[in-house]
Parts: sequence; structure tokens; C-alpha cells
Amino acid sequence: MASLRKKINIPVFLFLLAGSVVMIFPFVWMIFSSFKTVADVYTYPPKWLPSSWKFTNYKKVFQMIPFGRYYFNSIFTSVAQTAIQLALSVTAAYALVVLNFPGRKFLYTLIRSTMFVPTVVTLIPLYLLVSKAGMIDTYAGIILPQVLSAFTIFLLVSFFSSIPTILFDSAKLDGCGYYRILSEVVIPNSKSSISTAMLFAFLGHWKSYTWPLIVTNKAIYRTLPIGMKYLVQESSSEYQIMMAAAVMAILPVLIVYLFFEKQLVQSITLTGLKA
Amino acid sequence: MRKQQEALRIHRVTLFGKQYESAQVRAAVVLLVPTMIAIILLFIIPVIQVVSYSFTNYNIATGIKKYNGIANYKHLFTDDRFFKAIRNTFTFAAFKLLIDTTLALSIALMLDARIPLKKYLRSVYFAPVVVPVVASSLIWIWFFDPGIGPFNQVLSALGLPTSQWLYHEKSALGSILMFSIWKGLGYNIVLFLAGLQNIPPSYIEAAQVDGAKGYQILFRIRLPLLRPIISFVLMIGIINTFKVFAEVNVMTPKGGPLYSTALMVNYIYDTAFTSGKMGRACSASIILFIIIFILTLIQTRLDTSKSITME
Repeated sequence: MASLRKKINIPVFLFLLAGSVVMIFPFVWMIFSSFKTVADVYTYPPKWLPSSWKFTNYKKVFQMIPFGRYYFNSIFTSVAQTAIQLALSVTAAYALVVLNFPGRKFLYTLIRSTMFVPTVVTLIPLYLLVSKAGMIDTYAGIILPQVLSAFTIFLLVSFFSSIPTILFDSAKLDGCGYYRILSEVVIPNSKSSISTAMLFAFLGHWKSYTWPLIVTNKAIYRTLPIGMKYLVQESSSEYQIMMAAAVMAILPVLIVYLFFEKQLVQSITLTGLKA
Repeated sequence: MRKQQEALRIHRVTLFGKQYESAQVRAAVVLLVPTMIAIILLFIIPVIQVVSYSFTNYNIATGIKKYNGIANYKHLFTDDRFFKAIRNTFTFAAFKLLIDTTLALSIALMLDARIPLKKYLRSVYFAPVVVPVVASSLIWIWFFDPGIGPFNQVLSALGLPTSQWLYHEKSALGSILMFSIWKGLGYNIVLFLAGLQNIPPSYIEAAQVDGAKGYQILFRIRLPLLRPIISFVLMIGIINTFKVFAEVNVMTPKGGPLYSTALMVNYIYDTAFTSGKMGRACSASIILFIIIFILTLIQTRLDTSKSITME
């Protein structure tokens, strides 16, 4: 029986291989097509490879729309959102895991309950709030309403809970206060888990769509996803240019993914299975 | 020495009839104030407002905001577009959950078999999940192009009937569903795979010793043990499909031919930001919330009742 289990299942493997080709095909198509000329796009039967490998389409993206500005906006807002979100979440998770204070259970439940209300439900009042504060078309308006994440807090709560409590006790004996336990015990001991949470938060903000769409009217405040949405209308079906823009938006994410795949997949299963 | 003793002496306070260390309480307050402010401003106040605005005729274009009772809700139940959006959302969710879960579960079971390149395959299946939805939508808009899209080109080369994809009332939502399944499959695969790998190999070996066949092991051992993850995937799946917005908004900005692709969030977005009817959009948000909430409840109910009968 044991030998039966060790046998490689060839049909299953071939099926999965075929499936993986289907999964990856759109990306391959995107990369090849980003070099195509207009003529390549319109020929029939369809051409797989571009007739020449020139970066003209990439240049055109920058000429058609303020793509550099969108790129900067996306990086800036995602980094700022991630930083603030992590600062909030690390302190909150630490307090929830390590400290004993009145109302702890209540707060835990309160944070948990934010997970049951989809963000779209509070979208309109949040928009009206931001608009009353005069923050439409500002970076603050894009960044600040997106920094609260119960998901990140609970991810960190589960990470921090796995730190052996003996570390806290010995730090206390050494005369550490509770802030120093956070900065000198908890954070150094959870560097990898905090960076996982950071990665998650960053990827989430990088692809965030609905909120930046509604709080930006002026083109110069658009983030990449919003700029690309309007590119569809503005480029009037010049697909090769859309593909060049898509490559530039997707490539950094795919590179990050290749480097951190393990952490990403692990934390999905961790949070997934715990919920 | 004295310093150490000082540190060891713990100051206590009694709050609500319980003893706490005052240093801990102080630190907790300081550390939690920012999060509390965020929760109040970004969650509690908006939740209260969405409820109260839903009973007003708040229109951002005119600036009028008057209490009008349940008029918004009454209107929604006579609004064809709203019904269409609800119907589209349920259709979309039903097909997506059915196809997505079955496909992801089968692929996960296959990936769990003894095959080469397992890691590479898993990465490839997961890749579309991490890519920004707008960027991958651009690729698929081209795929769906009735004239120069690869889908129709391949279909006509094979002599098969072509489709209008995103540009016909009958096929538009299905097209977005195709994209959505491609995009989301990897997430569920990863969850199922983790669940399968958590099943102790000894269970399966024991069954094999008892002479159980492959399908018996699948239906009697692996799938029952996978139940909690299957129901988790379903729950997350329901909630997530009811939140779908970006791909629909990018691929069919006006809700598609005859509003055939508009889902509930698209309806809310259109009502609020195209027509400026904030009050009515808030009522629709409340209905969306109630639907998601009920579905979640049903799902958890079904789950517990089944696991009780199993025991």
C-alpha cells in the first residue's frame, strides 16, 4: 500500500499542468502584447509574438496619462496607509494580548464586530464625513479613512499570542516597563510576523479601488488602479497601450509575490483557518 | 537592589470591582487611544449615520436632507434596477460559489496527490489572487473584445459560434463571472490545501489497511474532515461576492447592457455618486448588510446542526 501512495499520478499532473497554463496565460499574453504594434493587434489570425520588441507602448502610457504621478500616488498612499495601519495594529494587538485592563473583552468584541460590517456599508457616511472635512482630492482623504483593519489587528494578536509569556515575565523582572516590553521584547521577537502583516496590508492598499475612486476627482490625485480604469476610456481600445500599463502595475506585485510567497500563503491559511 | 525592589512592587487599582495593575491600565489606555479614535470615527459614527441617513431624502446635489421615514425602502422595493441588481448579485454568487468551490476543491485534492512541481503549480494557481484586480481586468477586457479579442478569434477559427461577451445582456454577467473565477480560484485552493495537509496521514493509512478504496477514503474521511474549511470557504465566498465592485465597474462602467452586470455595490455606487441620492444609497447599503448578515447566520446554523447530527 505504501508503494501505491508514492507513485506519481501522471494524468493528474498533466491536468494540473494544463490548468496552470490557463491560469498564467493572461499574464503571458499581457507581456507579449505590451510590445505589439497597432497592426499586430488587429491582424487575423491573432499574432502571439509582437513583430518587434520596442518600448514605444510604455512611452505612450506616460504621454497619454500622468502615469508617473499615478505611480507615485499609489506608492505614497500605500506606504503611508501601511505604516499608520501597522502602528495602530501593533499597539492595539500588544495591549489586547499582553495587558490586563478593564474593558478588554469588550474592546476585543468591538474590533471583531467591525469585521462583520462590510466596508461598503459605511462607504457613504465615510465619504460624506471626508467631504465635510474638505479632504476630497487630498492625500489625507485617501490615506486616513483606510487605516483601521481588524484583520491586521487579529493577525498580530494571533502572532503575539504565540510569544512565550516567560519572556514578558523576565523582562518585567529586569525592570522593563510595559512600553519597553513592546519595543524590546514583542517587536524584536515578531519581526517576521510583523513584516508579513505589513506585506498583506501593502498589497491590499496597492490594489485598493473603491475608496480612492470616490475621494478623487482631480486626475493628479488618482492612484494607479483609478488611473487605469480611466485609461480604458481614454485610450479607446488601444489594447497594446493598456497592456503596457498593466505590466507596469502588475510587475512589482508579482516580484514581491515571488519573494514572499511563503509568508503570504502561510498567513492566509493561518487567518483563514482561525476565523 | 533598591531599584529592583521598586520595580517588583506592583501598584494596583480596583476598577469595576476587579484588581488591575495600574501600570498596565495606563499603558493600555495610551496604546489603545489611537485605535479607539479610529474605531469611533471610521466605524461607529459611519454605522450610526448610514442607519439615520437611510431614513432621509439626503441628496448631495441639492443639499436637501429631510427625514422621510421608510420612503427610501419603499422606493427600493419598487425600483426595477434595484431588483435587477439583487437578482444579478444572487445569480453571480450562486454560480461563483458552486463553480469556484468545486473547482478549487478538486484542484486542491489533485495538488495533494503525489505530483512533481507541486510548489510551482500552487504558486501559479495563486498568482491571479495577488494581482491588482483593475490591472487584470484590462487584460480580460481585451479577451472579451467581440472583434479583436482572442476568445472570439479562437472560437471562430474552430468554427464555433462567437459571443458578444461583455456587450450583450445575456453574456455580460457570465463573462465577469469567468474572470472572477480565474481571479479568485487560487485563494480557495490554498485554504483547501492547508486543510488537506492537516489531516493526519495515519487516518488514511488506517483506512487503507482496512481495505478502503480511493473514493471511499475521499468521501468518508477526507471530505468530512474538510467540512469546517469547506464551510469557511463558503462563508467568506458569500460575503466576498456580495462585495464585488471593482471588476464590474472597470469592465462595464455603466452596469453593462440593460444593467445586466450591475451588482448591489454597483447600484449603491450609482445611486450615491452618479445620481447623488445619498439617503437612498444608504437604505440600499442597509439592505445589503442585512442580506449578508442573514446569509452568514444561515451558513453558521447549517454548519453547527450538521456537525451535531454527525456526532
